[in-house]
Amino acid sequence: MPLVELRNVSKIYRLGEEEIRALDDVTLDIGEGEFISIIGPSGSGKSTLMHILGCLDSPTKGTIRLDGVMIEKASARHLAAIRNRKIGFVFQFFNLLPKLNVVQNVELPMIYSGVSGKERRQRAMAALEAVDLANRAKHRPSQLSGGQQQRAAIARALVNSPRIVFADEPTGNLDSHTGDAILSLFRKLSQEGRTIVLVTHDPEIAAVTPRRIEIRDGKIAIKIDLALAGMERRAASAGTSAVAQP
Amino acid sequence: MNPAPLATSPEVLRHSWSQLGISILAGMREIWAHKFRSLLTMLGIILGVSSLVAMSALVAGMEKGAKEALVAIGGLEKVRIEPQGIPVEQRHLSDQATGITINDVQALEQSAPLVTLLSPEMRVFATLTANGKKFRPWNCVGVWPAALEMNEHVVEHGRMFNELDDEMARSVCVIGTETRDELWGSPETVGHEVIPVGETLFINGVPFTVIGMFQHYESERDRKERLLAQSQAGQPQAGGVVRNQGRGRRRGNFVFYLKNATVYLPLNTVWMKFRSGASQIAISYGGASRTVTGTTGDPRLSGLDAKLASVDVLPEALQQVRNVIMCTHKGIEDFTFRTQEDWAEQINTFVHNARLSGGLIAGISLLVGGIGIMNIMLASISERVREIGIRKSVGAATIDIFTQILVESVVIAILGGLTGLATSFALVSAISSFSPTDNAPIIKVTALAIAFAFSVLVGILAGIFPAIKAARLNPIQALRYE
Repeated sequence: MPLVELRNVSKIYRLGEEEIRALDDVTLDIGEGEFISIIGPSGSGKSTLMHILGCLDSPTKGTIRLDGVMIEKASARHLAAIRNRKIGFVFQFFNLLPKLNVVQNVELPMIYSGVSGKERRQRAMAALEAVDLANRAKHRPSQLSGGQQQRAAIARALVNSPRIVFADEPTGNLDSHTGDAILSLFRKLSQEGRTIVLVTHDPEIAAVTPRRIEIRDGKIAIKIDLALAGMERRAASAGTSAVAQP
Repeated sequence: MNPAPLATSPEVLRHSWSQLGISILAGMREIWAHKFRSLLTMLGIILGVSSLVAMSALVAGMEKGAKEALVAIGGLEKVRIEPQGIPVEQRHLSDQATGITINDVQALEQSAPLVTLLSPEMRVFATLTANGKKFRPWNCVGVWPAALEMNEHVVEHGRMFNELDDEMARSVCVIGTETRDELWGSPETVGHEVIPVGETLFINGVPFTVIGMFQHYESERDRKERLLAQSQAGQPQAGGVVRNQGRGRRRGNFVFYLKNATVYLPLNTVWMKFRSGASQIAISYGGASRTVTGTTGDPRLSGLDAKLASVDVLPEALQQVRNVIMCTHKGIEDFTFRTQEDWAEQINTFVHNARLSGGLIAGISLLVGGIGIMNIMLASISERVREIGIRKSVGAATIDIFTQILVESVVIAILGGLTGLATSFALVSAISSFSPTDNAPIIKVTALAIAFAFSVLVGILAGIFPAIKAARLNPIQALRYE
């Protein structure tokens, strides 16, 4: 059974008379341990897809099953609990709380899952260790570089051992060098068996993932534009199809 | 196919106490991060709470003072029967109106079982002279020895006159300390306590022997102050002159002053010496049109005090007394009742009103404090939209955000409330140091508890709306918020 099953999911916004289909009848499976990117230009609906996959938003139509739970039927409280236990988010702007230090930021998800103080600190330090940031545990986010902040955010996303991690333009606010470092961190995590979904508008970044899904006008594009720079080679080396599942 | 393992797992829905602890800590951190802003916000609650406590302390002090005074004049069971002008429809009978006389007293003794004690009074408008000084006491009356019990007097030096003194119409008197202070000097001015028992006192020129003196009556606060002044003056006293003028001069509590300015004479003595025309001049000097003097002696009493068996039977007892006196007066209504209950009622009404108005004002200031908290919480959440979005994205449920904001508001209110309680002590001592009132404010534990509970309530009420607003934020929009 795939980790995530989307069946005929639509998200429709209404602006007065006009109907905007941000997502239009999307069907998608994501398997356990997959490293996948969702690409598409801005306004294509990829963010909406990620929000729905990440239980931040609910679809207008269709069904979603995440780790066996029917999301579209879950209450707000369950969605919060699912976000807490099963999903990790990494954002473009890091989204660390400025008033808390790094380790406190990493502890945040565990506060809402009711982990005791001592265990919280241990696990947070372990997560920081994993992203090589343990020596900055007591720093405020503002005292860190962008790459360090993003690594702290990744540690926070991983600390509750989620089933799936969503990264929304994780390198969008970083220079290319640090961006590469973050991407290789994701690759390493993927090799450790994490399920990671990378959302980006940049095909170059998408190229690091074995599987890519392109969203265009709220629909999954049948064929990836293979002409895009460097993709054919990387896709071939990864040995997986770059074509989205129907 | 596992339909929903999460939905059934109690662990997921558990909202542990440790999370509340964390919310409180987060609230404290937030308050600490904006120290000055939080202090200003708390100030409203501090002022509200301390004014509530101070107000109730002042009212409690006044209430206690008034009740003390009520007891000092004889308690609730005392009813005074006084002469009154004849009503218009009975004017033609005025030549038959006898006024209140000893006749009535005897009739009541026989026919009014609900009356346990009777004390007739015959007032003399007297000028006292002795020791080369003059004094006009408030209350110079001829009474039976029963007046001692009736008016809660205690003879501290010498003795009260007895039935024999009354029967023989002896020229003896018992005085209060105010009379002593005026004629022989108070302990503070003289340096030692003068006990004028055995001295001669001229009442309207007629010599009387002082055979007793009452104790000094004062409110509890006066007594404490006097004792304090004594203990302080006790040590360094070199010249033996007590400089403290605190007592005697102090007339703040009028009831106690009046009680101290009492002179009791035997009833028969007054009747024979002052109502027989022998000292006509002195009586008309008092200007009382009520006490018509005649050459044969005026038997009318200026008043009659009756003590009832209990306050519970007050209406029945009054009716009984009324019936008896109506009978002896041939239906002419030339008397009236004055009960202490009116006064007690007045005290209660006053206390009630003071409490209500003071409570209202303090309540309004607490409310304003609450509005201040709400205002700052609303400002704070619109500053922290992004934080709320982040918290939601990592798994904070609506209730978690709600609790966090509410806890912040309540923590501000509780800190403000506690500070307000501490401030209220300072406020109360400040008020009592410069206010002229004689009644020391009393801070009651219940007042403290109520004020604190109100501050917490205000904190909760002020926090609910911002907390709902914060909890309802859409996480996606909150995350995008700049």
